[in-house]
Amino acid sequence: MTGSIDPVLLVASLMVASTPILLAALGELVAERSGVLNLGVEGMMITGAVVGFIAAASSGSVWLGFGAAVLGGAALALVFGVLTQVLLSNQVATGLALTLFGLGLASLLGQGWVGIKGPGLARVDLGPLSDLPVVGRVLFSHDPVVYLSLLLVLLVWAFLRLTRAGLILRAVGESAEAAHALGYPVRAVRLAAIAFGGACAGLGGAYLSLVRVPQWTDGLTAGAGWIALAIVVFASWRPGRALVGAYLFGGITVLQLNLQAAGARIPVELLSASPYLVTILVLVVISRRRERGGDAPADLARPFHASA
Amino acid sequence: MIRLERRPSPSRAWAAASPVVAVLLTLVAGGLMFAALGKDPVAAIRAIFWEPVFGEFAWYFRGQLLVKAAPLVLIAVGLSLGFRAGIWNIGAEGQYIVGAIVGAALGLAFYPSDSPLIFPLMVAGGALGGFLWGMIPALLKVRFGTSEILVSLMLVYVAENLLASAAVSWLRNPDAVGFPGSRNLARWDASANPELIAGTGAHWGVVAAVAAVIAAYALLAKHQLGFHVRLAGAAPRAARFAGVSPGRLTVFCLGTSGALAGLAGLFEVTGPAGQISIDFATGYGFTAIIVAFLGRLHPVGILLAGLLMALTYVGGDNAATNLGLPVAAISAFQGMLLFFLLAVDVLTHFRVRMGRAGPVREQPAPGVGEPAE
Amino acid sequence: MTLKALLAGTIALGLAVPAFAQDDKTKVGFVYVGPIGDGGWTYQHDQGRLAVEEEFGDAVETVYQENVPEGADAERVITQMALGGADIIFTTSFGYMDPTNNVAEKFPDVKFEHATGFKREHPNVATYDARFYEGRAVLGTLAGHLTESNKIGYIASFPIPEVIQGINSTYLHAAKVNPDVEMSVVWAYTWFDPAKEADAAKALIDQGVDVILQHTDSTAPHAAAQEANANGAKIYTFGQASDMSAFAPMPRVASIIDDWSPYYIERVRAVMDGTWEQGASWGGMPEGEVVIGEITDVVPAEAKAEAEAMIEAITAGEYHPFTGPINKQDGSEWLADGEVAEDGELLGMDFYVEGITGDIPN
Repeated sequence: MTGSIDPVLLVASLMVASTPILLAALGELVAERSGVLNLGVEGMMITGAVVGFIAAASSGSVWLGFGAAVLGGAALALVFGVLTQVLLSNQVATGLALTLFGLGLASLLGQGWVGIKGPGLARVDLGPLSDLPVVGRVLFSHDPVVYLSLLLVLLVWAFLRLTRAGLILRAVGESAEAAHALGYPVRAVRLAAIAFGGACAGLGGAYLSLVRVPQWTDGLTAGAGWIALAIVVFASWRPGRALVGAYLFGGITVLQLNLQAAGARIPVELLSASPYLVTILVLVVISRRRERGGDAPADLARPFHASA
Repeated sequence: MIRLERRPSPSRAWAAASPVVAVLLTLVAGGLMFAALGKDPVAAIRAIFWEPVFGEFAWYFRGQLLVKAAPLVLIAVGLSLGFRAGIWNIGAEGQYIVGAIVGAALGLAFYPSDSPLIFPLMVAGGALGGFLWGMIPALLKVRFGTSEILVSLMLVYVAENLLASAAVSWLRNPDAVGFPGSRNLARWDASANPELIAGTGAHWGVVAAVAAVIAAYALLAKHQLGFHVRLAGAAPRAARFAGVSPGRLTVFCLGTSGALAGLAGLFEVTGPAGQISIDFATGYGFTAIIVAFLGRLHPVGILLAGLLMALTYVGGDNAATNLGLPVAAISAFQGMLLFFLLAVDVLTHFRVRMGRAGPVREQPAPGVGEPAE
Repeated sequence: MTLKALLAGTIALGLAVPAFAQDDKTKVGFVYVGPIGDGGWTYQHDQGRLAVEEEFGDAVETVYQENVPEGADAERVITQMALGGADIIFTTSFGYMDPTNNVAEKFPDVKFEHATGFKREHPNVATYDARFYEGRAVLGTLAGHLTESNKIGYIASFPIPEVIQGINSTYLHAAKVNPDVEMSVVWAYTWFDPAKEADAAKALIDQGVDVILQHTDSTAPHAAAQEANANGAKIYTFGQASDMSAFAPMPRVASIIDDWSPYYIERVRAVMDGTWEQGASWGGMPEGEVVIGEITDVVPAEAKAEAEAMIEAITAGEYHPFTGPINKQDGSEWLADGEVAEDGELLGMDFYVEGITGDIPN
């Protein structure tokens, strides 16, 4: 049986599949633009997933769940923030520790919530728009969070590009010393960016536990946080490219399963590894076009301490 | 108001005392968590830190500490070279997997020969496998400027797929009637990596880890290459003037860390793990990154940090089994320990002062490549 | 505080806690590969542990360890349980096979029970497994009746004999009641990754599949089906490992449940009575180890009756799901008319039966 793959359905499902990593990647992107590398995305995502699920299941409101996840993710991110910004600990190691801690914490919190079904989230009813051929299914028949994630791409882009606050954030990421000399509150800016990163990661995690899966189980995120980190680098720290990266990654994941379901005779191991291989390939192509590989913020992962 | 004031030079006293302070803080915070879970905090902490080293069955657990610490130290020593030079290999897990696969495949090609050359051949294969897997991000970085962080991380997932396919098909034990997993390498004398002295847990991987610590120490202290590594991390521009080729350094650091991670995988698959299986990779490559930083990128520090991490694993399992602690509590406890260790480190570099700041000359901020010693 | 003072303090703590008391309770250990919170494989083993506690009350003490990686860690945890005085230890994952046998050699007085493996190298090692393919036959029958598009989908984990048995058994029985049925197999290459399982289910649905079976442990495929149903589709799913009744009556219309309690209780009792012997248990529906969860009323009465009759026949030992004539995928004869598959052959199954398209990855 070799079926054919309907591209409309494929695009529609890849948008849903990509949303958690897109949200987490956008948050991390902002944090990194401020010069902070937080490798704890996986920990913050899964904490958001469990906190969001518990809040939603006990209140019956999905939106309360998302709200709680945002707060939970931000709170955990601030642990990282205090350690790295106030106590000047190493960012790479602290981020990894955050992942370890977050995975443990989430599992502890989630005991007793396994196997319970949470409240669902309906698609936005856009009436006749949803019935349009092709675009109706692709653009006008998703749940609100998918639209929120797209809006967030735009907002982050506008914030970084067009606002004064965004300029300050980028300045802090490029040279904390210079920004400090100009009188900008480096530490406060970075803490805010870290908290935003945590909030987005928490939201992405909650999207998994409330919409995509939707239930709570240990290990729910299954590495999505690491993919989000990779997408930030892939996107060379630009929101629009993060969207492309997340959709590309999600798209290949969905496509390989569709190919299998359609009976294509391609080795499964190769298909299963293909999202990662393609990411590497695209990255090489992108970096070939530029002189240097990195548009990375110059002060990324460097600690900053103002003595005066 | 409390503020931090940079010390002119790192405090040696605090460098030594801060781990003790961190452990004490963790004991308090962890104890509170265990109590909140309805477990006896004293018993829990005793089970984690005391019993594996001094308890009734310490004769067994001490050896297991070495078994657990060896791959962590071996990988972390390699990673620390790159981290000092500002080269970020976070895909050691993939290099560990590929090293194990290549080594195992080389050995199994000669099954059931009993030649004494097989094990050395496999060791070479393990190092080569890890080296080659590390060369992919290295060469892509040198040739195209592609980020080694991303490529090495992506290659972990590719390696995991390779591992699954090796376990279920091309390295599968033909005598195991369709079950996944290779032949048991620890049970085939020619490929086995047994305890060298019975009961100590010390296998060739432990020997290699100690050798790597010594070699890295000598390299960094005496050798010009070591100087280049340190210079590249601390002052990249000065390094370029001093004639350090960034490309060659990238190849060296990623190649060395890849080879050491591959060796760790090979020693693990021929000894403690015994076989290539779907779940062979258990995260040593990622944990080693933490170990490298906990040890402040210093070979001796890494050795101590590796043993401490091993203790929390071995002791944590002990506490989980005997006290019924959820395994998640152990993971959260490890996270806390790391937080505290990282947090109190600030005291090594800074003085805590009360009151308003006076004018102090600006000091350059330490980069990640400039660890305390 | 100096290191010495710290050590002194810890010694004081050490002395304050008495060495654990020896008593005549039977100590039972369980080693789990995942967290109990996985809601599937490990969760069901832990249900078995709780059943042992309930059965014997104060006469037993159970210990367990979750999330034990296969390999060196497993060997250490098993050894630690044996050192801690366990009388019998259940190791509940295939990858614990060699570690279990290694430890068993060192503790001849402790009984070891290894799930899903085949090595019994010492007299104190037994193995046990469940005939999940019996349950799959029932689900396959239901699937054949339920499908309207004549396309059923199967989310598989890894290409190992147990999974292939399930695929074959499902297909054979679906095709028996519905000769037009076609089956798509998607290999997820994971036992547990909810997001990927959801994507796999969606991919199958997009291909026109309307009945989804799974051999991965999360409920994500059910949720995906439920969402599709909310948007006008009619997709059926089956619970896997645990009942997953949260998704009943639609899309989850029945389930295949692992129930280890009868075996665990029997073996612990044997240790208490001193009658424990080495064995290789492969229980199924007759032993109560494979259970079909409630078949909901969404299923037409006729199909439900047929499924129930099959449960009865298998439970009574009157029907074997692999009874000839059955051909292999390439058309060659596997089982002649009336011939029943041998256990050895099933345990090493590495081929599809005739009618399934696609290749087993290798």
